Amino acid sequence: MTARFRSHLPRRQRRPHASIALLAGAIFSIAPLLTLADTPSTAEANTTGLAVTDDTVTVGILHSTTGTMAISETGSVQAEKLAIEQINASGGVLGRQIKVIQEDGASDWPTFAEKAKKLLVEDKVAAVFGCWTSASRKAVLPVFEQYNGMLYYPTFYEGLEQSPNVIYTGQEATQQILAGIDWVVDEKDAKTFFLLGSDYIWPRTSNKIARKHIEKLGLKVVGEEYYPLGHTQFNSVINKIRLRKPDVIYAIVVGGSNVAFYKQLKAAGLDLDDGKTTLLTISVTEDEILGIGGENIEGAYAAMKYFQSLDNENNKAFVAAFKEMWGEDSVIGDVTQAAYLGPWLWKAAVEEAGSFDIDKVREASPGIELNTAPEGYVRIHENHHLWSKTRVGRARADGQYDVIYETEELMEPDPFPEGYQ
Amino acid sequence: MFEGYTLGEIGSIFAMQGFAGLILFSVFVLMALGLAIIFGQMGVINMAHGEFMILGAYVTFVTSNVFADSMPALFGGYFFVAMVLAFFIAAGVGAFVEWAMIRHLYHRPLDTLLATWGLSLILQQIFRSVFGAREVGVTLPDWLMGSFGLTDLIEVPINGLFVMALTLLISFVVYLILFRSRWGSQSRAVVQNRAMAGAVGIDTGRMDRLTFALGCGIAGVAGSAFTMIGSTGPTAGQLYIVDTFLVVVFGGAQSLLGTIASAFVISQSQSTMEFFLSGSMAKVLTLLTVVVILMLRPQGLFSLKLRR
Amino acid sequence: MTTPQTATAERSFWIGFTILAALILLVLPLMLDVFRLNLVGRYLTYAFVAVGLVLCWGYGGILSLGQGVFFGLGGYCLAMFLKLESSTPEATAIQSTPGIPDFMDWNQITALPWFWEPFKSLPVALIAIVVVPAVFAYVIGVAMFKRRVGGVYFAIITQAIAAIMTILIIGQQGYTGGINGITDLRTLLGWDIRTDSAKTILYFVNALLLLATLVLARWILTSRLGRILVAMRGKEDRVRFSGYSVANFKIFVFCVAAAMSGIGGAMFTLQFGFMSPSFVGIVPSIEMVIFAAVGGRLSILGAVYGALIVNWAKSIFSEAFPELWLLAMGGLFIAVVMAFPNGLAGLYSVYVAPMLPRIRAWAMSTRGLPARDTDGQISKPGVTHAR
Repeated sequence: MTARFRSHLPRRQRRPHASIALLAGAIFSIAPLLTLADTPSTAEANTTGLAVTDDTVTVGILHSTTGTMAISETGSVQAEKLAIEQINASGGVLGRQIKVIQEDGASDWPTFAEKAKKLLVEDKVAAVFGCWTSASRKAVLPVFEQYNGMLYYPTFYEGLEQSPNVIYTGQEATQQILAGIDWVVDEKDAKTFFLLGSDYIWPRTSNKIARKHIEKLGLKVVGEEYYPLGHTQFNSVINKIRLRKPDVIYAIVVGGSNVAFYKQLKAAGLDLDDGKTTLLTISVTEDEILGIGGENIEGAYAAMKYFQSLDNENNKAFVAAFKEMWGEDSVIGDVTQAAYLGPWLWKAAVEEAGSFDIDKVREASPGIELNTAPEGYVRIHENHHLWSKTRVGRARADGQYDVIYETEELMEPDPFPEGYQ
Repeated sequence: MFEGYTLGEIGSIFAMQGFAGLILFSVFVLMALGLAIIFGQMGVINMAHGEFMILGAYVTFVTSNVFADSMPALFGGYFFVAMVLAFFIAAGVGAFVEWAMIRHLYHRPLDTLLATWGLSLILQQIFRSVFGAREVGVTLPDWLMGSFGLTDLIEVPINGLFVMALTLLISFVVYLILFRSRWGSQSRAVVQNRAMAGAVGIDTGRMDRLTFALGCGIAGVAGSAFTMIGSTGPTAGQLYIVDTFLVVVFGGAQSLLGTIASAFVISQSQSTMEFFLSGSMAKVLTLLTVVVILMLRPQGLFSLKLRR
Repeated sequence: MTTPQTATAERSFWIGFTILAALILLVLPLMLDVFRLNLVGRYLTYAFVAVGLVLCWGYGGILSLGQGVFFGLGGYCLAMFLKLESSTPEATAIQSTPGIPDFMDWNQITALPWFWEPFKSLPVALIAIVVVPAVFAYVIGVAMFKRRVGGVYFAIITQAIAAIMTILIIGQQGYTGGINGITDLRTLLGWDIRTDSAKTILYFVNALLLLATLVLARWILTSRLGRILVAMRGKEDRVRFSGYSVANFKIFVFCVAAAMSGIGGAMFTLQFGFMSPSFVGIVPSIEMVIFAAVGGRLSILGAVYGALIVNWAKSIFSEAFPELWLLAMGGLFIAVVMAFPNGLAGLYSVYVAPMLPRIRAWAMSTRGLPARDTDGQISKPGVTHAR
């Protein structure tokens, strides 16, 4: 169904809006004065009965704060709250302060659908920042399409979806995978790959794309394995890896399995740090390393768009602000940063549209760009995903990544990649 | 799948795979031993068994932090302290739970299932409130990391050896406690016939509490050991519950020896299948085989009649 | 066998039934907006499972920790039909193989798998909703009950079956939709099921089906079969020695419970437009047992209240104190088991029911009834006797 909407999306590109280039937190004091000038009246800016008053606008945050997914989603909630606080401090959106209604999806997909509906129908929120797993997004998607809401979805995911009611602020699979594999082929002279993943849609779809790409390059996949979510015994697959001797282990293991896999890999003598074993992952962010332990994964390579150690001014300000709000020990992973983009992209689109109306925001969204993104520059594609660079990081013992490569160009998001399906 | 490999390589792989099976066996025994005591001997369906394991894991986490902060010189040895602490803390919580809850439910085994499920939810939330929703990384002392390289292909993980040694030790200690000590014979007497045991002067309430605490304590040690190979998070305990119960039931619930034998059979078949099939299918087939065999032979494979 | 007591029990059941019917057919729809009503509709789909559990656990003594499997099977049967309906060649023209569900196309499946074919027909799907769970339960039941596996062992084996089903459904995503489930179901025979009016109608269909299920359950319990079930729970051996096939009765009641769960699952699919493996696993299965336990494991009406109240509390708690709802739920389960093992129905018959005759006597002042357990179940805590 998702593909159907491709043709409906507006095609025009928009000029970048000046106000979005303002660095977060830099001009707190004068910002209200600036934005006050072009504040449209509520009747103008809200023709569809959203929860917008003369000085506030209400948005929703919908993540799991309980249940198994709370582990992953906490960072996203924190990032979204930080972004909203910063936006409020710099004068809000169209002169209105953002109020947040937070709902708990409780790691349960019908609950996500239920809460999404509550946010849209009862609370009339102007935008929702939320969801993490594909399953939760799939569950809320019909709700957003039916009640015409706007969801900012932060996770890197498998693609194969494009909804007029979702802005995907994380990378879809091809953005993450192709650049990473190209890099490892060039840099490590890799010829053979062993694909490994948790058994569900994202790792399977991603590995499918990876396999196509590897085979297109004339290289070889020597093994492909999937283990159930939550599996904790990887010695057998480690033996298989030993037997097949791949140049690269391409691992998309998630959740608690991650911890078990890397610990057992290290214990089995496949030390990622000694230069003999190359492992490339797209599923381990700094968040996951907290559980795995830096010393167990040191030397692994990860391909994604953001690392906490990224060296630029935007990111330094972002990391400092995040730590100030959520504690010195906080770590920030790829998804957390993508979640942080959501409110800013929404603000930019609203101000571009001059209205909170969902339809106008949607129309204004393609072409919206953000120079202030911690990851650098991003722009919304007509297919509602982001143009972004892909980077490769090398895991350090302290749980951070050294960024050792970034693509020169922005990677074009392509949720329905021709030739990779 | 073996074209292009020398005999030596294939031999090495089988040796490694056999070793992987042994590690899995040790893991299963550690998981199941505590439950075999609680469920097999006492008839209490402890759905919070996984949470007791995670309690042990968190104790290990805290101990490692304390050692790293205040006595880094002794860090290499913290793991032993952590395991002892894990045992006593889990056993203490277990004794409290027995006193507050379980002892009222001995005549209603299915109800212990519901009550301990409630307990597991509460423990999960406590873990989450205290340690955060995220997984915590437990730093291991250096000597527990890495492997012995026997040959190019055969590498023996040290933590695997450690888990195996620990399993042997704990099994032996449990055997001593339950079958060679006065306390053990009293405990078994209570399990087999509460009224008679009471009549000959055994404090049955106290024996129940200590037996339950012993089972929980072993779960705590298991959890502590599993920080070497698995994850430590508020909900990680649930990952173990199905496997653990199946191992105990498959072994014939009333027999500790049966539990060990069943752990061996299940782990070996699972690791063999994992090698020849894909991971998920191996898991499904193992579980399915166990379930089908249990349907055909409900008393379990190695049922030794303790009760006469 | 119409003793005065069964007559009273009979009457009190129907009074309770009428009150419940009024509540879910009149009071709730009048009080709640469509959104909240839809939520209640969801809770009521779980009530199907809980009623089935009262039959097989409360009366049959069979505790199944795998009822989520049957709920899921029923739900998937209908979801497959609805998915095929929405996957017309026109709607899926963009796929490399038009006319098959989108997730199959993503998994390089180029033709509809054979076991999907029958679900092109609504009658087949409707029959399958009841038959597939029942047959699956029959297979499990024959294997287990004929060998006199019961109690704890049965619980653990059903739990393992739930685990296996979850891994299978998630792993075979080309055929099942994987972890995302079968999503984005829009129409039933062209009728848009996502509109508010459709949701309201489906709520009432759901409620009526549930009431019918209650009547069926009541009929089973009051028939000879029900009395044998009760006898079995008390002294299984005596029933066996009296010449009854205990296994067959258990199999039957387990199948009935499975079929009821299947209907619940199908109604869930209809009202929410998706079905996913998250209903099949161990956690939802145990939660459903909790609904029955809170309501009172011996009361089919209580099961409905249990499902309603626990879920309602869950919604409220997770809205108001997201950090605390696990604590509250855990505490509730322990409290139910420890303090009032017969659940709400038990509380009702101990505290409320004895008051009723007095109230009635006071109100009518001409006809007094003896203060006895009008619900016909429990006269004092911990002691149960059958209706």
